Amino acid sequence: MSAAPGEPGVPPPTVLVIEDEAPIRAFLRTSLAGHGYRVVEAARGEDGLVHATTHVPDVVILDLGLPDIDGLVVTRRLREWSAAPIIVLSARGQEQDKVAALDAGADDYLTKPFSVPELLARLRVALRHAARTGGDERGSVVSVGELLLDLGTRRVTLAGAELRLTNLEYKLLVALARHPGRVLTHAQLLREVWGPGSESQVHTLRVFMSQLRHKLEADPARPRYLLTEQGVGYRFAAE
Amino acid sequence: MSDEARRPDPDRLLAHIRKEEERAGRGRLKVFFGAAAGVGKTYTMLEDARRAASAGHDVVVGYVEPHGRRETEALLTGLEQISWREVEHRGMRLREFDVDAALARRPQLLLVDELAHTNAPGSRHAKRWQDVEDLLAAGIDVSSTLNVQHLESLNDIVAQVTGVVVRETLPDDVFDRADEVELVDLTVPELLERLREGKVYIAGQAERAAENFFRKPNLIALRELALRRTADRVNADVQQERELRDPQGAWPTRERVLVCVSQNASAGRVIRAGRRLARALRADWIAVTVETPFMRRLRGGDRAALAEHLRLAEGLGAETVTLSGSDVAEEIWAYARSRNVTQIVVGAPSGPRWLRMLVGSTSDELMEQAGGIDVHVVQAGDDDEDDAERRQAAAAARGDAGASDEDAPVGRSYRRAALVVAAASLAAAGMSWAGLVETNLVMVYLLGVAFVAARYGRGPAVAASIASVLLFDFLFVPPRLTFAVSDTEYLVTFAVMLGIGLLIATLTVRVREQAVAARERERRTEALFRMSRHLSSTAGTLTLLHVALQQLADVFGSDVSILMPGAHGQLAPPPGAPAPFIEKDRWTGVASWVFKHGRPAGRGTDTLPGSHALYVPLVASRGPIGVMALSTHERLSVRAPEQRQLVETLANQIALALERDQLAHTAQRVLVEAEAERTRSALLSSVSHDLRTPLAVISGASGALLAEGDALDAESRRAMLASIHDEADRLARLVRNLLDMTRLESGALVPRREWQPLEEIVGSALRSVGARLVDHPVSTSLAADLPMLLVDGVLIEQVLINLLENAARHTPAHTPIEISARAEPRAGGTDVVVEVADRGPGIPPEVLPRVFEKFFRGPGASGTGLGLAISRAVVEAHGGSLEADNRDSGGAVFRIRLPVMGEPPAVVPDPSA
Repeated sequence: MSAAPGEPGVPPPTVLVIEDEAPIRAFLRTSLAGHGYRVVEAARGEDGLVHATTHVPDVVILDLGLPDIDGLVVTRRLREWSAAPIIVLSARGQEQDKVAALDAGADDYLTKPFSVPELLARLRVALRHAARTGGDERGSVVSVGELLLDLGTRRVTLAGAELRLTNLEYKLLVALARHPGRVLTHAQLLREVWGPGSESQVHTLRVFMSQLRHKLEADPARPRYLLTEQGVGYRFAAE
Repeated sequence: MSDEARRPDPDRLLAHIRKEEERAGRGRLKVFFGAAAGVGKTYTMLEDARRAASAGHDVVVGYVEPHGRRETEALLTGLEQISWREVEHRGMRLREFDVDAALARRPQLLLVDELAHTNAPGSRHAKRWQDVEDLLAAGIDVSSTLNVQHLESLNDIVAQVTGVVVRETLPDDVFDRADEVELVDLTVPELLERLREGKVYIAGQAERAAENFFRKPNLIALRELALRRTADRVNADVQQERELRDPQGAWPTRERVLVCVSQNASAGRVIRAGRRLARALRADWIAVTVETPFMRRLRGGDRAALAEHLRLAEGLGAETVTLSGSDVAEEIWAYARSRNVTQIVVGAPSGPRWLRMLVGSTSDELMEQAGGIDVHVVQAGDDDEDDAERRQAAAAARGDAGASDEDAPVGRSYRRAALVVAAASLAAAGMSWAGLVETNLVMVYLLGVAFVAARYGRGPAVAASIASVLLFDFLFVPPRLTFAVSDTEYLVTFAVMLGIGLLIATLTVRVREQAVAARERERRTEALFRMSRHLSSTAGTLTLLHVALQQLADVFGSDVSILMPGAHGQLAPPPGAPAPFIEKDRWTGVASWVFKHGRPAGRGTDTLPGSHALYVPLVASRGPIGVMALSTHERLSVRAPEQRQLVETLANQIALALERDQLAHTAQRVLVEAEAERTRSALLSSVSHDLRTPLAVISGASGALLAEGDALDAESRRAMLASIHDEADRLARLVRNLLDMTRLESGALVPRREWQPLEEIVGSALRSVGARLVDHPVSTSLAADLPMLLVDGVLIEQVLINLLENAARHTPAHTPIEISARAEPRAGGTDVVVEVADRGPGIPPEVLPRVFEKFFRGPGASGTGLGLAISRAVVEAHGGSLEADNRDSGGAVFRIRLPVMGEPPAVVPDPSA
């Protein structure tokens, strides 16, 4: 298991880049290598799947617009046997593709054109999640900014003051907070909070998110913690 | 003669060239012409064809009757023959030439015997020469045969000479237009020899008639006619050549011939004589008939005869004119003078001389008028009756329906007249008892007669006159109560009374009938006017058609339809106006034929006369655009030229109106395309400029870094990299905008609406813009009670991003940007108003209305000029509006107004709340 690069004595994390455009591959290679990642490249989906089995990457960057196989299919096939985080790259305006990939098991997404800092941030988040093997949640605490979420005692405090949340609101917050920095689709959140079969009740989700926002955020129109990804889902701020 | 005069007339040359061009696409017609059957026309034709075939031409035999002669049959071997079409007619099986097969086969040269032959009923055309016309039009050369007696203009002479009336005639026009005429000549002794040898076969005539025909003097005369006619043709060709080259030397006579046409049997002879005169003088000729009130009461057969005569004249090349008036001679004379006629041809008066002297006759009156116009009187012939009968039979075969009798309720008028006379008698009795003299009593009777004439017509008026005289005699002339007359002076009174009565009767009747005629003309003119007015004020093809159909139904009072070509070219009546009466003709393809050839066909014409309706092409400037179908009945006879003219004029009007409409559509489409083209050009020029600038910077800066990167200091390197990054951003934005604009315009962008709280959209928009607003403090104030909006979050987010970027770009650094939202109630619901306001310089008032135009950029601004246009389009796609304004306190404000439509769905309440 790899952690973020730079830790001494730990082998550098392997990134598998599955991207058909050579210039983008080149730019990714340079940036990632420059930040201590080991980069494996594949120009086609089939090659990428093969490389995934041979190199066992720690994180996969997958372009959704591949020439041979649909990125969605690659995601599903990867997920059949690998738990490595997948970050999908998509073009603007293809929200449905992003959501489908996320629902199929991808962990996050980036819209082209993206900036390197953004990419690196997502990578860091992804690796951090992978490191935490869903272990003992009791006693774990999420702390972002002035928000403190104690999963053991089920207490939420903002700048020291306790917030009263309903059960559903709490569940929703926890669902988001367990994956700070990572996007969760509407479907994923609905499934987790309201149970399987409720993935289509996006409106309900929005209503509850709105309530939560009003309770948590100083300015609900400029949220600090509960970020909206239009057309995709929500994200709990990483820091 | 001066050189100038000698130079050929350019107009004439042009006409000649045009005629040549027209003929270029046509096949050539060669006619083998002979004096009588048996001279060897078919034989010569076949010899000629065989020579052509051996020279390599594609020769096919269309229809050749070997007439039982073995030599002719021998010539047929080796030539491809088109099979005959068999037609059943009156229990007999007839063999006919199959035009369609010939057209399909399309040889170079086709042989078709007997050009003047009449086709069996049910054929496409009534006459074989019309079939040949079709072949020539398709570019096929045709060879055919013809006897001199078949020529229309010589028909009566031949009848006179031989005593045999030939029933199958060929219009002279066809003969004159033939490209080649070869005379097949045989001396009379030789022909008689062949007859004796049994080598001549005569079909369709009784043996005795044949014997009559083949007598020596007849044959000599026929041979002379044939020779002379051929010589005429040669002469005409020579003349034409000479005229082309030297117009002055061969100036055609400026004569003009007018032929008087009546319904009499002799009219045919007169017309043909007129034509011969016109040909001899090389002049135009006009066939004129005068419609008098008397003629309005003609029997149907007479009217048909008149119409047939006019048609004959037209077929022989005359211009036909129908005048109306009461005095035939006067009308003709006036018209002749107005048209600069130099010769008048009229039929000899018929009837006994004394009657002529009493009543007068047209020809006598014409001759009496002085004035420089020659009058030619054509004598009647013995066979005129036969001729007329033949014409009428032909007319009947063509399905013409003459006008029916105008039967008035006759008995009633006479009874009424009797009543009037009785009343007059009573009045007179009263006056007589009062002591008035007889002269006054006569006046009373005259009054009665005048009244009867005015109201009941001529017949009752005459009866009333006679009755009045008798009653006057009986009742008031001494000795009273007898028919004896004591004073013979009274006889004069009677005569004068009778005469006055008749005169008044005639006059009133004539006046009344003129009024009827005038009304009839007025009705026709009015129909044309109304049609014209309606059509000119109507737009839209379908509406036009319906209006036209209505007008036509009004005018003709019969079933009418207009067939237009549909998507696959088949003719159909307009939707909403089905025409069941044309269904019966559909299988003949008569409508398609009319459409293709641009000539009328159907009932009353020579082509497909068995149809149930008349089909007239609607010919616009570029050719036929439709077909008008007119179902005829007794009161509508399209044989009469003025009716035919009316039909054709109306058809023309409709065609022009339809064409005008179609052209308007085309013009509209062209305008739209021009507009689209303009937009595309604007886009292209804008885009190419906007692409080139950032690309130039990127390539320049990156090139510089590559080349001299090491030589530069860190600061400069950083600056260049920053500028590359910024320009790349700009490019990205440009591409994004262009894509959005394209999707919006093509209609591909359909908002996917979901109920969302506005704060979410604002929040994500702000986050997205983030870095670009770094120099501008942003404040948000969204009302607490904002309802949810049914919108496409991604699109509205884009709108907000556009507005925010706009604000950042156009305002100085450190000036605040404010986002606010409130709910505004309105009739029938609520609006949510979102405002993005800044404290910059605001928008100049003259620019304010144009701010949302595509490609419009503020002065000194970067960007594509599309952002606001896209934003407005998106907002409007949501049913809302986007406006720009200046704030009172300085700065600009952009106001989005989104209607709240309906209610969000109910949410399952939180059980744990």
